[in-house]
Amino acid sequence: MAGEASKAIDKSVLWGGGRSPFSVSYGKMMMWFFLVSDALTFSGLLVAYSYARHSYTGQWPIGEEVFHSLPFLHGNYPLIYVALMTFILIISSVTMVLAVEAGHRMDKKGVIKWLAWTIVGGFFFLGSQAWEWSHFIHGSAGYIISEDNSRYHLVEEVPHGETASSIANFSLIANKGGESEAVITGQQALELFNNKTQYVQGANMTINEYGPPQYANFFFFITGFHGFHVFSGVVINIIVFIGVLKGIYHKRGHYEMVEKTGLYWHFVDLVWVFVFTFFYLI
Amino acid sequence: MERDDLIVNDSYSTAANHSEEAGKKIRKKIVFVTVLLSLITLVEVCLGIFIKQGTTLWPVVKWSFIVMTLVKAGYIVAVFMHLADERKSLRYVILVPYLIFIIYLIFIGITESNHLNEIWQQFNA
Repeated sequence: MAGEASKAIDKSVLWGGGRSPFSVSYGKMMMWFFLVSDALTFSGLLVAYSYARHSYTGQWPIGEEVFHSLPFLHGNYPLIYVALMTFILIISSVTMVLAVEAGHRMDKKGVIKWLAWTIVGGFFFLGSQAWEWSHFIHGSAGYIISEDNSRYHLVEEVPHGETASSIANFSLIANKGGESEAVITGQQALELFNNKTQYVQGANMTINEYGPPQYANFFFFITGFHGFHVFSGVVINIIVFIGVLKGIYHKRGHYEMVEKTGLYWHFVDLVWVFVFTFFYLI
Repeated sequence: MERDDLIVNDSYSTAANHSEEAGKKIRKKIVFVTVLLSLITLVEVCLGIFIKQGTTLWPVVKWSFIVMTLVKAGYIVAVFMHLADERKSLRYVILVPYLIFIIYLIFIGITESNHLNEIWQQFNA
């Protein structure tokens, strides 16, 4: 392929009109076509989520009630963490577009600087995603299913390896979110807890404390599939970053490779904008 | 197939190159879009925190979320992905097939699932 690099455009490979009808290079057009197909995949997932949600007759979990924690802090901070993740991704998209802009001016140092920040942003997002997953899987207080098959939500989490009786004022809430919500305390609560048939805490593929099983499954699949895209985006960015450092693109007279990986990176941000709205907000 | 992205000074690839002055203008636009996207996200989060689902205002908020999302998506695609700078033919080739499929999919998904919901509610009652 090395010989190809010095070839001028052969007129015979061009479209009959004398120039390409789209006036873009092969690589960029193919990146766009790939993104269209990938967008269809993500749209399919989000429509499937909406299908599950609209056909479900019970109470579907509400984003701000499920995602309300921040690392290292106790208390209720609805949506703040997800907003932070969204902001990180938007900013890394901005640094990417600045890298592309620097490339258009053949400013190698600018491309290196902004692309490096983009990669840092990508790692930050992946780290945040990992924390979010871990928090979602471990869960909070959770609920028990009693012998007569009804649900009682715990007010406070029972620490691993400890029993309910070691918690002062151990209490349960029956019919949480319903009309006849009742708090059960003292001996009655302890008895219910000790005779439980199941203790549901956090989430896995078959059951979760937040809502129907599909809810956690969609969370894992949609954010996981998006997270995998972010991960591969970071890997591609690193490969292109090495190319920039080596000066491969500078020799070509254009930084189109940065533009192409940029398209992919912006697409990942675009998908997150929709996931943020349809999974967390609505 | 010849890899035209490897061609030195390929006319399509170098067409996007611009001068220092043009770069300043573009960077201004990038800053504007950044501020806009951040502000919209902030508004979305505030609305999400303060207006609960099920209240009378909720349907309005829900639709405003969808509109704000589409505005954000439009700016990302048009400015960050430079689709607005591409030729009309390329813009249509990318957007039209996608939109036709997706509008159809959303329509059929929501109609079908709402119908299913009604049927299940009748069975449960």
